[in-house]
Amino acid sequence: MAVTPARMRLAIGPVLYHWSDDRLIDFYRTVAEAPVDIVYLGETVCSKRRSLKWTEWLKIGHMLQDRDKEVVLSTLTLVEAESELSQIERVCTNGEFLVEANDMAAIHVLAENGHPFVGGAALNIYNAQTLARLQQLGLTRWIPPLELSGVALGTIARERDPDAPEIELFAFGRMPLAYSARCFTARAHDLTRDHCDFICSQYPSGLKVETQDGQHFFALNGLQTQSGRILNLLPHRLEFSQTGISILRISPDAHNTVELIHRIRDALDGGETPHVSDLIDASTCDGYWQSQAGFI
Amino acid sequence: MDLVAPAGSRGALKAALAAGADAVYVGLRDQTNARNFPGLNFDPRHLHEVVSAAKRYQAQVYVAINTYARAGAWDHWKAAVDQAADAKVSALIAADMAVLDYASRTYPDLRLHLSVQASATNWRALRLYRELFNIRRAVLPRVLSLTQIARLAEHDVVPLEVFGFGSLCIMVEGRCLLSSYACGRSPNNYGACSPAESVEWISTPQGLETRLAGILIDRFAPGEAAGYPTLCKGRFRVANRIRHVFEEPTSLNTLDLLPNLAALGIEAIKLEGRQRSPAYVTQAVRTWRAALDAYQSDPQRFIPKDAWIRALGELAEGQQTTLGAYARVWR
Repeated sequence: MAVTPARMRLAIGPVLYHWSDDRLIDFYRTVAEAPVDIVYLGETVCSKRRSLKWTEWLKIGHMLQDRDKEVVLSTLTLVEAESELSQIERVCTNGEFLVEANDMAAIHVLAENGHPFVGGAALNIYNAQTLARLQQLGLTRWIPPLELSGVALGTIARERDPDAPEIELFAFGRMPLAYSARCFTARAHDLTRDHCDFICSQYPSGLKVETQDGQHFFALNGLQTQSGRILNLLPHRLEFSQTGISILRISPDAHNTVELIHRIRDALDGGETPHVSDLIDASTCDGYWQSQAGFI
Repeated sequence: MDLVAPAGSRGALKAALAAGADAVYVGLRDQTNARNFPGLNFDPRHLHEVVSAAKRYQAQVYVAINTYARAGAWDHWKAAVDQAADAKVSALIAADMAVLDYASRTYPDLRLHLSVQASATNWRALRLYRELFNIRRAVLPRVLSLTQIARLAEHDVVPLEVFGFGSLCIMVEGRCLLSSYACGRSPNNYGACSPAESVEWISTPQGLETRLAGILIDRFAPGEAAGYPTLCKGRFRVANRIRHVFEEPTSLNTLDLLPNLAALGIEAIKLEGRQRSPAYVTQAVRTWRAALDAYQSDPQRFIPKDAWIRALGELAEGQQTTLGAYARVWR
């Protein structure tokens, strides 16, 4: 008897850019109506950004939950200051929503409190052994590192336990490539991080970096450096089920994210590869998945 | 404060020991260490010799098995831990939970140091690694300010080792995919950032170009010093200007901060540079040895000597040094 593969769920990753309150609220209102199953909320890049207050994030969480979305709160990725640790503690002990841990600090709090958690892509889980160790601490869903290839993921999928965490693939969007204590958007404007004027809020999809011969190679997003190209793994959709992937993450930017979700959902339901080139503002790449350089 | 020196080759090992290192750190000749460059590092069969050479100088040997084990290739990393334990080295430097877990279960008496590659930048992360794997020291990423290091030291989770001198990673170590985005092979898994086989130097009518996997990293005018092409030190166009978008070619030097670091109870100072020559290692270790000894004998009156600053300046990338993230203004 043929087994129908389970319906691939769609997730929207946290907004990585510094958007205004209004923009965020508008965005999540449209997300509430979009065919997406899981929504990740919260600031994961820079603790200086204070777009929405904690209670406002929770309000958005409830609004999405009322529309049958699974809501996950994402934690900060680079955690240095005590104030950042407090921020993380508040998210991890929210008592209501599942948490995506993006640093070992969050895992420490979550494990201490016996809460299950999602392990984010910045955690450096590259093998089945590390995955299993974190599963013992409460990891129930895993977002593999962006540079992990399809082949490597297949190997881990074969090696892991039958009750291993579900796998959510970062499948679409500009890839976070690096984190620093320095704010590069501020530096590009001769500002420092301490006196940044929140200049990153002027770049709702990141600030373009080109090589001297004109290749769009990176995008600056504060202290995060992103890929200039947009990752698109959707053409590989037929390989997903054998690598254990059950959720696809779309990382939002300021261009047509909600239209993209509709397009992707419809295509996947129709058994087709979504065509998205008219909805994005940069060329795409899938090199990491194919065991090549990421920008290819 | 212990002085921990790089030994990427037999020559550098001898140099580091003779110049007065309290400990040397080495890697095995494969992808299990974060300086996996051709001609560097040690064959596992020679680890015993490294340990006995260090013993003659009463120095310790740390083995860096600090990349993340690739899926399906775990046996390499497991073998590296076994070989290091067999050679009775003083400590392992590791980042991957798989490696730390295996080492702590199999060799409970073997000291574990948390590698900078583990990206542990706060006390909670350190505590997690201590609780899970009984780490006895942690090497801090080069993105923390002195004030943040002070806070971290106050929590007293584990003794700390900080970078004193050498190439400056401006991204959080272990969390940087810039090189693999251009070149493919991940420094996290294969241990080489900007691998030599991807590097090109090309003379063009616009000047000398450096490329990494074909990507233009920088162009140099005649007479301008051309650095090794890494993406984070390249010149790119942003906001209509061509500039060092991330960082200038420069080296970290914290000699000025030595009294501060000592006051915080920092256990060890690490010199970067397993890819460097014996001559480099001699000059760097000798200078830091002199500085540490001078501090030890008279902490109140410690002032970095001009000769030391000059000696380290000569070794620095682009002959420039910086305090990096230790100074808040760098951010």
